Amino acid sequence: MSAPTASSPPPAFGASPASHALETAAAWLLGLLWILPLAYAVWTAFHPSAYSTRFDPGAPLTLQNFVNAWHAAPFARYFLNTTLLVTMVLAAQLVLGTLAAYALARFEFRGRDLVFALILLQLMVMPDVLIVENYRTMNALGLRDTIVAIGLPYFASAFGIFLLRQTFKTVPRELDDAARVEGANAIQVLFRVYVPLARPVYLAYALVSVSYHWNNFLWPLIVSNSVETRPLTVGLQVFSSTDQGVDWSIITAATLMTSAPLLVGFLLFQRQFVQSFMRAGIR
Amino acid sequence: MRRPGAVTPWLLLLPALALLAAFTHWPALATLWHSAMSTPKKARPSRFVGLDNYRAMVEDDVFWQALWNNVIFAAGTIPLSIALAIAMALWVNGRIRGRGFLRLAYFTPTVLPMIAVANIWLFFYTPQYGLLEQVTQALGLPSHNWLGDKSTVLGAMIVVAIWKEAGFFMIFYLAALQGISPSLAEAAALEGASRGQYFRRVLFPLLMPTTLFVLINALINSVRMVDHIFVMTRGGPDNASTLLLYYIYQVGFSFWDSGYAAALTVVVLIVLALVAVLQFGVLERRIHYR
Repeated sequence: MSAPTASSPPPAFGASPASHALETAAAWLLGLLWILPLAYAVWTAFHPSAYSTRFDPGAPLTLQNFVNAWHAAPFARYFLNTTLLVTMVLAAQLVLGTLAAYALARFEFRGRDLVFALILLQLMVMPDVLIVENYRTMNALGLRDTIVAIGLPYFASAFGIFLLRQTFKTVPRELDDAARVEGANAIQVLFRVYVPLARPVYLAYALVSVSYHWNNFLWPLIVSNSVETRPLTVGLQVFSSTDQGVDWSIITAATLMTSAPLLVGFLLFQRQFVQSFMRAGIR
Repeated sequence: MRRPGAVTPWLLLLPALALLAAFTHWPALATLWHSAMSTPKKARPSRFVGLDNYRAMVEDDVFWQALWNNVIFAAGTIPLSIALAIAMALWVNGRIRGRGFLRLAYFTPTVLPMIAVANIWLFFYTPQYGLLEQVTQALGLPSHNWLGDKSTVLGAMIVVAIWKEAGFFMIFYLAALQGISPSLAEAAALEGASRGQYFRRVLFPLLMPTTLFVLINALINSVRMVDHIFVMTRGGPDNASTLLLYYIYQVGFSFWDSGYAAALTVVVLIVLALVAVLQFGVLERRIHYR
């Protein structure tokens, strides 16, 4: 991955060769420290447990830890649950966010600013901290221990609405007007003009949302209570805190397995990932 | 702006607003109300108890400890992760050997699930044969149970949090740096400024809006980030690593004391409201959502 070269500081800044070398060393030391926990996990997961804490370059490689972990808990089911969860949440967020953002970006109506402020409130008061009341609500709705209940509080995302509103506001008014002249109604204009133009933002938002909900733990832990609903994160926690005692090789194998899809996705789409997080963060 | 009857925008907003009302606005208000109610028991339904839950809170040592732990956790995590994020961004934005690898290394913790990396860090800190222990043994230092000792457990958690967050914050600084014109650096160099002066007088002030944005995020995260506690310590030893949200979980879902859990949630909401005041008082003057 290379940054645009124009942005690199010019060599004019005369860092002496010695201090430049020192900084490079510091950057590398930090980089190695940052990758160390992951490297350690990879070592342990791919070697027999006898070598889990002995770093012998001649140690035999094995996939047995992954096989054991896979069979020690219903990970296939957990993968399915998480996939269903993130797909459902993303679909709902995109649809609801698109409609709401369109209303806020291109319509004028009484109370619009108040509505926008009420929506932005969710940026501060996330569902993550309202666990006690939301659990009460799910109980009352009879939804406890369902995948829908895990996703429901996140369906309307202030962040998504905000991001799409900003994007829709940059769409040239002329395109909108042209479509209207051809007789398109509000919804048709939205899907013919605005949505296609916002495609990169949708991608950016999707990456952020999927990685957030793939990793989410506390709320799923509270509302899910069975193998049929538990997402991977909760499944991993149940697995590593009960059965395995101290067999670190199997636990780290399970850990890597859980993170693998995101990690592989990240390695393949590094640039998009970094740019998505960037785009999503700049307000 | 279009006005095809005032109904269309409301219809478009309805689904999102209904869900937000049900799972953000209503629960935030209901928390206030329920914090003044007793927890229903088998024979006794919930009843109004006024400030009783808050009185219990004032006398609850664990609450004060969780609050204090949270303050230390935030104070330990935020400045260091921001400083590291700036350094990382400057490095990977500059001409450094192995820039691609470094960017990857710094950012990777952000994509990994906290619950998964907590397992790895648990192994890292394990007494006797964990990696940290092996390093300290090789250096001839005495053995130490980092997570089992009240005086080091919170520090150990802070390290994990910094590791998880610094790369995430780096991204925002990287974006900001790429928007700064290189001619500024050239001008500063012509004026004979040192790199340190350039950073202090030019770069750091220009990065201020980013720093404020990152600060708000970091503050919110220090309230929200508790996943690792479930794996690594369960709040122990002796509540030394209990943070507020984790304590709410314990009270609400281990002790099933919903009235008291609501009162504790009110404290978290007040903290978040203070963060919002900070944002709208300081940030909003610089950035316009228009």
